Amino acid sequence: MFEKVLTFGTIAVILALWFAVTGLQLVDPKLVPSPQSVWTAFLDIAQNGYRNRTLFQHIGASLGRLIAAFLLAAAAAVPLGLASGFNAKIRAVLEPVIEFYRPLPPLAYYTILVLWLGIGDQSKIALLLLACFAPVYVSCVAAVIKINQDYLNCAYAVGAGRWQVFLHVVFPACLPDVLTGLRTALGVGYTTLVSAEMVAATSGLGWMVLDASRLLRSDITFLGIIIMGITGVLMDRGLRLLERRLVPWKGKE
Amino acid sequence: MNQLRQKQEEPLLALNHISFRYPAKKDEITALRSLSFTVETGEFLCVLGPSGCGKSTLLRMIAGFLKPTQGEIRMDGRRIQGPDWHRGVIFQAPTLYSWLNVRENIAFGLKMRKTAKDEIRNVTQSYIERVGLKGFETKKPYELSGGMKQRVSLARALVNQPDLLLMDEPLGALDALTRQDMQALVRKIWHETGNTVLLVTHDVDEALALGTRIMVLSSRPGRILNEFYPDFTRRFLSGDGEEVQYLPEYLAMRREIMKEMIRESGPAE
Ligand SMILES: Nc1ncnc2c1ncn2[C@@H]1O[C@H](COP(=O)(O)OP(=O)(O)OP(=O)(O)O)[C@@H](O)[C@H]1O
Ligand SMILES: [Mg+2]
Repeated sequence: MFEKVLTFGTIAVILALWFAVTGLQLVDPKLVPSPQSVWTAFLDIAQNGYRNRTLFQHIGASLGRLIAAFLLAAAAAVPLGLASGFNAKIRAVLEPVIEFYRPLPPLAYYTILVLWLGIGDQSKIALLLLACFAPVYVSCVAAVIKINQDYLNCAYAVGAGRWQVFLHVVFPACLPDVLTGLRTALGVGYTTLVSAEMVAATSGLGWMVLDASRLLRSDITFLGIIIMGITGVLMDRGLRLLERRLVPWKGKE
Repeated sequence: MNQLRQKQEEPLLALNHISFRYPAKKDEITALRSLSFTVETGEFLCVLGPSGCGKSTLLRMIAGFLKPTQGEIRMDGRRIQGPDWHRGVIFQAPTLYSWLNVRENIAFGLKMRKTAKDEIRNVTQSYIERVGLKGFETKKPYELSGGMKQRVSLARALVNQPDLLLMDEPLGALDALTRQDMQALVRKIWHETGNTVLLVTHDVDEALALGTRIMVLSSRPGRILNEFYPDFTRRFLSGDGEEVQYLPEYLAMRREIMKEMIRESGPAE
């Protein structure tokens, strides 16, 4: 309970500082816009949109790309990661590829993706898919490897086959770590998305922020950043809620 | 299965010059060397030995989780190639599945083998009652005490009606009273089902209170130092209660076994 107070206190202090610094005109409003002007910008964009698109279209464009890529990545990385952890041969095939591209900065290969897939949503979704895939894959492999071997042995010893063990023991046993991996992936995907929209796009939060800063509209830039932050936190909250529903035993074993 | 097996000279379980080495960086660790013995149907064999002598290794080989480096293990005359539901296994740390409740944990083997739904329900329920878990069917493992968890482990192995029950210090982590309760339960179930049991323990009193045969192993690599054939478990069954532990013959055998074990674990010559 006291932690909640601390959290809200921190937010309140930051807001108060922001009001104070801008209210006393300690800095150029071009560098730090006042909270009031950011709020006005919000009302304005929410009603009139920004550069031919409403605010919700920008948010929707960003989140649509992110969620599509995230779901595709999860659908591919969870089974492949678990299978790689379970079967050394599958791992031997997949791991070198993933080990190679994982440390690359996504923007390094984004230009290639744009060349291949064009400047539209496809190249962005492909980029995010790659960015989200690696953390999920890696956490799945690690999760399978750390399963207590006796959990599997006990299943074999009551007559389960290899496929049944994978489905009924390996998968649920790894679920807590899989969900942690998904949360990491969503975070990585989000940051990548914003950078991608800053490089090449005509819609989305990332693009809006960059475009506004080119026009020296720091109120809109601030607004964009705040919206990004809040949506990021909300999405992570959503996954944490899902985690609590799906793996109530986490940390209780 | 027990009834189906023809009466033959073949023992239920036969180990023939079993050796096991764990690979290691420098020297291999020889856990067991050239161990041979047989187990007959209906026996309750307790294996005693100093820590690290290879008891768990032995049990894992019989379960089929580990392959002997040398020698072969036969059950019903057939070579053990891997895990098989005719051999039930219970470990010291219960390996229950947290995502399943008590009933689902116990029914797991039956479900995997695609037993009919009705049968699963009936058999599972009867074992739940047998091990005293009635009322806990829908609890998750993390909501249970250590003793309860071991009851679930026991039922989970028993529903498959294995011919041989392998237990690795199943009661080691329990407090004295709970352990006594569980010993009585294991004894009762062994008696009722006519199961064959191989139990690894480091508790001499547990071995004496349960076993019909006690095998004392040497320190690593484990050899058979001596064997004893107590019958106190039947006297417990016939209701002699705790008094059994004060019988002169009980104390005499206990002393013999302790002597064997202390000589083995004492200062190296
Ligand atoms: N996975 C392993 N890798 C290497 N050595 C091992 C491994 N497991 C066990 N050992 C070694 O093999 C020997 C026998 O181990 P084991 O677990 O069978 O002993 P134990 O008799 O069950 O001991 P305890 O009574 O303490 O449970 C020990 O000396 C141990 O150090
Ligand atoms: Mg052991």
